[in-house]
Amino acid sequence: MQPTLTEADVAMIRADFPILSTEVNGRPLVYLDSGATSQKPLSVLDTERDFYLSRNSAVHRGAHTLAALATEEFEEAREKVARFVGASADEIVWTSNATEGVNLVAYALSNLPAGSELALVPGDEIVVTELEHHANLIPWQQLAQRTGATLRFIPVDDEGALDLERAPITDRTRVVAFSHVSNVLGVVNPVAELVARAHAVGALVMLDACQSAPHLPLDLHALDVDFAVLSGHKMLAPTGIGVLYGRNRLLNELPPFLTGGSMITTVTMESASFLPAPQRFEAGTQRVSQAIALAAAVDYLTGIGMERVAEHGSRMSRQLIDGLSAIDGVRVLGARGAQRVGLASFAVEGIHAHDVGQFLDDRGIAVRVGHHCAQPLHRRLGLTSTTRASGSVYTTEAEIDFFLEAVADSRAFFGVAS
Amino acid sequence: MSDLDGLYQQLILDHAKNPHGRVPLDSPTSQSHQVNPTCGDEVTLSLRVENGVIEAIGWEGHGCSISQASASLLATLVDTLPVAEAESLLEEFRTAMRSRGQIELDEDRFGDAIALNGVSKYVARVKCAMLPWVALEHAMAG
Ligand SMILES: Cc1ncc(COP(=O)(O)O)c(C=O)c1O
Repeated sequence: MQPTLTEADVAMIRADFPILSTEVNGRPLVYLDSGATSQKPLSVLDTERDFYLSRNSAVHRGAHTLAALATEEFEEAREKVARFVGASADEIVWTSNATEGVNLVAYALSNLPAGSELALVPGDEIVVTELEHHANLIPWQQLAQRTGATLRFIPVDDEGALDLERAPITDRTRVVAFSHVSNVLGVVNPVAELVARAHAVGALVMLDACQSAPHLPLDLHALDVDFAVLSGHKMLAPTGIGVLYGRNRLLNELPPFLTGGSMITTVTMESASFLPAPQRFEAGTQRVSQAIALAAAVDYLTGIGMERVAEHGSRMSRQLIDGLSAIDGVRVLGARGAQRVGLASFAVEGIHAHDVGQFLDDRGIAVRVGHHCAQPLHRRLGLTSTTRASGSVYTTEAEIDFFLEAVADSRAFFGVAS
Repeated sequence: MSDLDGLYQQLILDHAKNPHGRVPLDSPTSQSHQVNPTCGDEVTLSLRVENGVIEAIGWEGHGCSISQASASLLATLVDTLPVAEAESLLEEFRTAMRSRGQIELDEDRFGDAIALNGVSKYVARVKCAMLPWVALEHAMAG
């Protein structure tokens, strides 16, 4: 296999995504909002449809043939996704998205009986970073409120790089939560160093892998994190399915978050005992079609090869960063020279991000505008909103060129070009 | 005129660059702060109402050219108006903005602000144009 995706490869990939051949506003769609949610290939859509057409039934609940087939497929999906992220199947908990995964861990921690080794108490500290998505910030703020622990954060410098020298990781730190790749900056964070510092003080690590899983080979065991979350819809799968990874030993030490059917062994009118992980955290009827569709998405990415996906992403990133930096009055967020995925946020001097996005939309270009669920980072960088372009395996060099030209043209349209 | 040129008429871009009434107001009788949570745009609008008449209006904030121009045009429009009349303008403005391009603002009543007519076709931008008007509504009510 070639180490890179050629133009012909990308053209073949695009044929699997019918939405990419549609028009918006009379212009061919140029979809540069994959960081918010990716498009889905036919194989993923067909997998979900085929399941409903021929095998639909509830898992872990019936003795009939379809139920057995569905259960088998559901558990095979778990194994496939586990392999994809470098974990074992009993460490993979299905969630609806990454947000639910973070909340699950935060609530399980506060559901621990007092005196448990992992329980947080006043005086303990939770450390996040200033560049987190709200999904990996607010659940920790809330956990701190429930337990009396204190939330602290690793600040970013003026360029948006994590200032590790000022990381408040101390003997009091119990949890360190951070993103693998920032959804605003596209920059890969120093996981190894943060994990080493967290573990040196006995803290648990939660890694938000939402923006890395679609773009980089992921090996959670090698990264040595304790928990990780991701969202299927950002990696070619449907909405409604996500993954929480947890070290098997840790998952089995935690009490459930949601309770009900499918997560119990014996139930009386007074009490219940719970299944081991992962079922302990999967209360209620499960998202079967979405889970097997996520496995199909993983097959699709593996078929391309994650090394090639990553190389494609870093090429996109260079084209985005170089191209945007060359436009007068454009400020690209994030430190120069950092390792990145194919995602860039920027501000055009004198034009509000909403207006930039509207101008691009008129040319069929879909981008994200706003604070991208990272208000503290924007505030730190002195901005309220930015425009973000984010690509995927189906993004072409020509699309990024077309986008760059449109950004340059927006300056003349809004009368800020000199 | 393309839809985009219709949305961003020169008058709108001019108002966004050099807005009217964008000043803090001395001794306001009421005030409202509104935020658009999807984009972070904010406006704080202050009124001095005496005997049922808007004697002075001022606003501060930041946002896209549509929200800024809308605030600027609003400030020129309702300054010195009786509150009851500003309320009826607000209702007409809201109806036009929500009409998906079906209902236009009356030029006799809205003057230059008819430049905002193009907004109503852009469903996602209606809340930008409405932001200062919602602030006006709350300020008049409070
Ligand atoms: C870095 C990061 N973390 C968390 C999330 C939350 O994902 P979801 O909304 O699918 O739970 C997102 C995406 O919105 C993200 O980009």
